[in-house]
Amino acid sequence: MTTADSRIRAGVAASATVKYVSLIVGVLVTLIPLTVVFIASFKTSAEFGQTGPFDAPGSWFNFDNYVTAFQKGGMVEGFINTTIVLTISLIGTILIGTMAAYAIDRFGFRGKKLVVALFLVATLIPGVTSQVATFQIINGLGLYNSKAALILLFMGTDIISIYIFIQFMQSIPVSLDEAAMLDGANRWTIYWRVILPLLKPAIATVVIVKGIAIYNEFYLPFLYLPSEGMISTSLFRFKGPFGAHWEIIAAGTILVIIPTLIVFLFLQRFIYRGFTSGAVK
Amino acid sequence: MQKLTPYLFIAAAVGLLLLLTYLPAANMLWYSLTDWDGLDLDKEFIGLENYLEVFTNPQIFGVFGVSLYYFVGSFAQMAIALYFAALLSYRTRFSNLFRGILFFPYLINGVAIGFVFLYLFQPGGTLDTVLGAIGFADTPQWLGDPAVANYSLAATSVWRYTGLNFVLFLGAIQSIPDELYEAAEIDGANRWQQFWALTFPGIRRIIGLSFILAIAGSLSVFEIPFIMTGGANGTSTFVIQTLQTAFVFRQVGLASAMAVVLLAIVLIVTFVQRRVFPDEKVDLT
Repeated sequence: MTTADSRIRAGVAASATVKYVSLIVGVLVTLIPLTVVFIASFKTSAEFGQTGPFDAPGSWFNFDNYVTAFQKGGMVEGFINTTIVLTISLIGTILIGTMAAYAIDRFGFRGKKLVVALFLVATLIPGVTSQVATFQIINGLGLYNSKAALILLFMGTDIISIYIFIQFMQSIPVSLDEAAMLDGANRWTIYWRVILPLLKPAIATVVIVKGIAIYNEFYLPFLYLPSEGMISTSLFRFKGPFGAHWEIIAAGTILVIIPTLIVFLFLQRFIYRGFTSGAVK
Repeated sequence: MQKLTPYLFIAAAVGLLLLLTYLPAANMLWYSLTDWDGLDLDKEFIGLENYLEVFTNPQIFGVFGVSLYYFVGSFAQMAIALYFAALLSYRTRFSNLFRGILFFPYLINGVAIGFVFLYLFQPGGTLDTVLGAIGFADTPQWLGDPAVANYSLAATSVWRYTGLNFVLFLGAIQSIPDELYEAAEIDGANRWQQFWALTFPGIRRIIGLSFILAIAGSLSVFEIPFIMTGGANGTSTFVIQTLQTAFVFRQVGLASAMAVVLLAIVLIVTFVQRRVFPDEKVDLT
């Protein structure tokens, strides 16, 4: 690789070696825990007991564990429920969030400062512990053990997306609103016909960030929807009946990870952008 | 009618905010002064007794000690993230692939991560096999031994969250203009000098923010220990304790006091952050 007479090049090569070795170690630490679960998911119960975690399964086409996970593990119910809750919550979040952002960014009104302050302070309240009291509200509304409880909570506690919408709306020139107003459009028409379509990139960001968060949410469905399964809670319940059957738990785990992987592979660029803008609020 | 328009647009958001954030928060303050069990129709006012209990009962407040494992873990996490971000900020083969792999764990469902690591830490499981292959035969019970379990869980947390820190750091580094590095190169600065003189100042703010998030995060650790051990073997955290007090032991009054204490601590930490890193403040308007 290096010529003896060039010390600089030797140094560069050495640092390149350190760099790629580090990266490969990082990749291995990331992928090995996932790979062994993937391997285990194709093994039969007897095979699982007799072979080590790195031994290849007898057949890579043994999908029995996946079938069991799907049929007996309630994964179908989980996927359906998660899809329903996800879709309605996202639509609600987008409408409520863009409307709020429109009011805050495009209007001056009495109490605006207070409203903004209320939103800001709310970001500080840690979500999980306040469920101690939120539970009583949901219960009082008669929504305990219903998907509506989750939808309401996902729609109502999302301040980050309002923030993302406001930030993006500031880059839409007010002259567009004014031009539409001269054409006789009322405020609602401007919101619906001018602002909302222009917010598409921000909406895409919110859909991705919020969608992944809802898909992964564990405690809210665990607390508020005990009688039905969402993705996280269906998988969590594998602990009981399949406690001794790691090959089935492994299949369930892989089933939950696959949609995330697909979304990630197709939407990488949006995901990086979304999480960097969402995290540094 | 005109005047009403903005209020109509914002009504839904504010309504839900009041109903699901501020009303519970106010109720929580009130519950914390009572001995309510969550069911009774009347709540008896008992003053600050619950708070006294939170601070004096070592079984409650002592649980904050467990946060230290995660706090230390989050330092490791930031160091690892910074190291890889610095590496990938230079021209690298397959840099997109490396970035994707290192980031991906952050996106995975928490329950799935819990199972992945329960499997990894099993006696005779993957970790023991790997360690055995390089000569460490006498391994502890990673999750069964109270002296080890919290390290294992904190390590799982590091595995899960490093990707986010890494991507944030990488983004900050890449937003530093290339010309600065070229100028430094011409002046004869080596990579290490370039890192300290250019890169580090450029990402100091995001590191500061991550640091505060690490404190708040390690105080409110919940998912990983709840899913993996259910808080057994000395791995219970303050949030697990609070939720169990409320929903298992039905001491809603006491649990509310615990939640208020956590809220107060997070508010103090955030306040300190705003004073130390004033640039980082959220600007909604």
